[in-house]
Amino acid sequence: MDRLTLATIWLGGCSGCHMSFLDMDEWLIALAERVEVVYSPFADVKTYPDNVHVALIEGAIANDDHLKLIQQARRCTDLLIAFGDCAVTGNVTALRNPLSSVQDILQYVYVEASDIENTPPDEAGIVPPLLDRVVPVHAVVPVDVYLPGCPPPADRIRAVLERLLVGEALQLAGRELIKFG
Amino acid sequence: MTVKTLTIDDKLVSAREQDTILDVARESGIPIPTLCHLDGVKDVGACRLCLVEIASGSPDRPNRLQPACVTKVVEGMVVYTATERLKKYRRMIVELLFSERNHICSVCVANGHCELQDIAITVGMDHVRYEYVSPLCEVDITHGLFGVDQNRCILCTRCVRVCDEIEGAHTWDVAGRGIGARVITDLHQSWGEARSCTSCGKCVLACPTGAIFRQGATVAEMDRDRSRLSVLMTAREKREWIG
Ligand code: SF4
Ligand code: SF4
Ligand code: FES
Repeated sequence: MDRLTLATIWLGGCSGCHMSFLDMDEWLIALAERVEVVYSPFADVKTYPDNVHVALIEGAIANDDHLKLIQQARRCTDLLIAFGDCAVTGNVTALRNPLSSVQDILQYVYVEASDIENTPPDEAGIVPPLLDRVVPVHAVVPVDVYLPGCPPPADRIRAVLERLLVGEALQLAGRELIKFG
Repeated sequence: MTVKTLTIDDKLVSAREQDTILDVARESGIPIPTLCHLDGVKDVGACRLCLVEIASGSPDRPNRLQPACVTKVVEGMVVYTATERLKKYRRMIVELLFSERNHICSVCVANGHCELQDIAITVGMDHVRYEYVSPLCEVDITHGLFGVDQNRCILCTRCVRVCDEIEGAHTWDVAGRGIGARVITDLHQSWGEARSCTSCGKCVLACPTGAIFRQGATVAEMDRDRSRLSVLMTAREKREWIG
């Protein structure tokens, strides 16, 4: 049987969800026998492939690059899993939303609150421009499964992947699976 | 005292005439989720989580939705507490609470000890379908011992009621309307300047979320012993301290 193709994507998050993924320890070996990782910060792949079965999306949508990548991922993936609180709710990445405009925030962080002389980063084509509002993944593209947690504990990730591998329904419920934070 | 007989979820139960649907459901072991209800203080029907369906008795008229905490029992009443319609509305209510303020559980003092978070799990909320309002909210830490973070307040008014009814200080109140409503101390002064506050800490015990907290509590540390509040309420009701 062909192995399932799995992608993991790192958008506006701290990489903690990916760290938690690695915390699945020796089960990762069993997982590697069942899935082929075709795109991930763990793998050296530059472009998102065409036919992906499952993708774990870490992070909120905070800049232009996130927006482009998530749209491409949606086009090329059967099942998108919002992976962790930033992807599901915006979480810490969205803490800037109540403050003020992106320009004001950049000005504050890079100029007013900075003790070295500085300007906000502005390198067209290199530094992706921030979006006005940070939003969860499902605000931009349809999401199939929500896997909350900051980060989702390794056991939770494993429980969900195990269900997925045996083709079980993935409407998650209960404290072990859907508690935020 | 007259006894009333009614049906809750196809189970025949009897109640005292002054009972609410919530009282008799609890006594009969039928769970109804609540947030603004707090044993020992008056009910105000603020959160609407305890909505139940009351049979209209006629196929032409839809069942009525009523909050169980403020609806008195009536002889022969037929009540449903867990229909698909109610489950749908309860989840909507919880999602709206999350979308109205800034609930960032991962960095919240109440993470793991929060009634709102628990209810979200109960109603199966795995994400919020509504757009987040993301309001800019105040955090007041001018009181020497406690703080209030409006980002986490769900306007249940439990703080207002314990302060008024149990402590007798009435430091807390609600100002503004609708989405702009906020809990305030005294005449909208900072808590540190609110002269009526006796620093008794009952509001800290009553708050279901991370909105009112002890200063010094950091992420997930705001665990509260709510039984201390019920000890006080029972003592008051039974006049245990009056010799
Ligand atoms: S008050 Fe409760 S639901 Fe809100 S952020 Fe804190 S833990 Fe989460
Ligand atoms: S501060 Fe706490 S107790 Fe008071 S209304 Fe807000 S959530 Fe309820
Ligand atoms: S518990 Fe009844 S309305 Fe809040």
